[in-house]
Amino acid sequence: MSVDTATVARIASLARIKVGEAELEAMVPELNGILAWVEQLGEVDVTGIEPMTAVIENHLRLRDDVIDADPLTGGGVRESVLANAPAAEHGFFGVPKVIE
Amino acid sequence: MTQLTDLGVAAIRDGVAGGQFTAVEVAEAFNANVAAAQAALNAFIVTTPDAAIEAARATDARRAAGQPLGKMGGVPIGMKDLFATRGVQTTAASHILEGFKPEYESTVSQKLWDAGAGMLGKLNMDQFAMGSSNETSYFGNVVSPWRRSDGGNAPLAPGGSSGGSSAAVSARLCPAATGTDTGGSIRQPAAFTGISGIKPTYGRCSRWGIVAFASSLDQAGPMARDVRDCAIMLEAMAGFDPKDATSLNLPVPEWEAGLNADLRGKKVGVPREYRMDGTDADVLASWDQGIEWLKDAGAEVIDISLPHTKYALPAYYIVAPAEASSNLARYDGVRYGLRDLPDGANLQEMYAATRAAGFGAEVKRRILIGTYVLSAGFYDAYYTQAQKVRTLIARDFKNAFAEVDVILAPTAPTAAFGLGDMVSDPLAMYLNDVFAVPASLAGLPAMSVPAGLNREGLPLGLQIVGKPFDEQGVLNAGLAIEGRAGFTAKPERWW
Repeated sequence: MSVDTATVARIASLARIKVGEAELEAMVPELNGILAWVEQLGEVDVTGIEPMTAVIENHLRLRDDVIDADPLTGGGVRESVLANAPAAEHGFFGVPKVIE
Repeated sequence: MTQLTDLGVAAIRDGVAGGQFTAVEVAEAFNANVAAAQAALNAFIVTTPDAAIEAARATDARRAAGQPLGKMGGVPIGMKDLFATRGVQTTAASHILEGFKPEYESTVSQKLWDAGAGMLGKLNMDQFAMGSSNETSYFGNVVSPWRRSDGGNAPLAPGGSSGGSSAAVSARLCPAATGTDTGGSIRQPAAFTGISGIKPTYGRCSRWGIVAFASSLDQAGPMARDVRDCAIMLEAMAGFDPKDATSLNLPVPEWEAGLNADLRGKKVGVPREYRMDGTDADVLASWDQGIEWLKDAGAEVIDISLPHTKYALPAYYIVAPAEASSNLARYDGVRYGLRDLPDGANLQEMYAATRAAGFGAEVKRRILIGTYVLSAGFYDAYYTQAQKVRTLIARDFKNAFAEVDVILAPTAPTAAFGLGDMVSDPLAMYLNDVFAVPASLAGLPAMSVPAGLNREGLPLGLQIVGKPFDEQGVLNAGLAIEGRAGFTAKPERWW
């Protein structure tokens, strides 16, 4: 399978990355080179093989159902949460208007 | 008197504890080396000399008060810029995180500070840990302190992604540094610069507070001058963390105390599929030499087969970009980091402009590959197939470990290459991780130790891969090689 300019433009849009025309043209052969190379995986017989889900067997834990059990990830830290926001306004994350 | 900056972790820890010198003297010596090398090597993105002095004063005060100093007491280290450090800029070497000062400390870095270590600064790296030469950093290339013996001054790659870490340790800017390894990012730079580095079993070190690249592969580990120093630092870094869902709930072994280079009764596997076309002759010769060293240490060497080896790298370049495209979706210009808001742009346009301005070319390339292989209609052909192949690769190792205790292989197919030599060909760059990636895909502990110099006077590394949880077996085989290689070469100071 190979990708064309329109496909790369669609992928870039899905990935929310603005890509200019020239950059798009340059990316097509690069991505096709990589995709052609990974294509060799198709020759591996995977009949009856389960896809890997965990490299080291482990079980998912549940934390205790306690509010603010870890103060760092609990509530009441609005200032910290907003400290690195490029546009924090009135205690919220500011974004461009999304409703007309 | 021996220069303090020639000392490693164990020597500094013991010297501070024994009163031969103070932790502050050590920190000052390394701070001076860091400052003197910054313009030429560019190993650090941010230096934190005051933090190093402050930690050293605390260690000296504890010693004066007769209190225990910790496993890393008095040892100043470099911190890869992938670890969140409270109040100190953490960027993953990206523009999109420039200026980001975390409000929290990563588990691994906190453990190191709790063990008495101090921070010399945040180390440069490949952007979001994507790269094998440290040429994708937004903050410029790291230059290896090594040069070829031909008298030329061609600047060489320190390896990647932990290229700031490898350059800094080999240039004696710090006795040890943290690294992270997703597909070889501790081992390959360690090999390129003549130092040691170990990636433990997946889950040994908490990923909490480490900027995520490919979560099923990312694992932190130490980079230092020798095997003992790696063992000490890994003890300080490892341990169960409830904040990481994949953290292993196991006690941390006393790896340093368990070091033993006597390999009698041990079996070492040599995988025949790793003898690939195009591998450098010097690399193959060092591998043969390594086999002899391990035999000399008492081990029995056995020819083994890992039949799916050639598929590891292509599987990795589906799985890792897929996870990266998902992990890096968080950089949206809203909650932290860069925002690019063109005039009149709506929210979607702001996302796209921010990510276009904030990510470098290699990061974009991998996000696009990842987005493509996860997209509707292609998911099964690419991603599911790659995860099935990954199961087969892990099974190859499991079968091999029914016969052998550890596996010996080269770390990388070449010695360090020149900066700029590979950047125009992403695939050629990816192939440099061909020997490192299989152990990553299987979550196994693996380390690189220096084996010698090639005909150009550049370091070569040997890699030891172990069973899950058997870091001790890996370290011990590494120690056996270290003792026989007698590697004392270091880059001659030109910076």
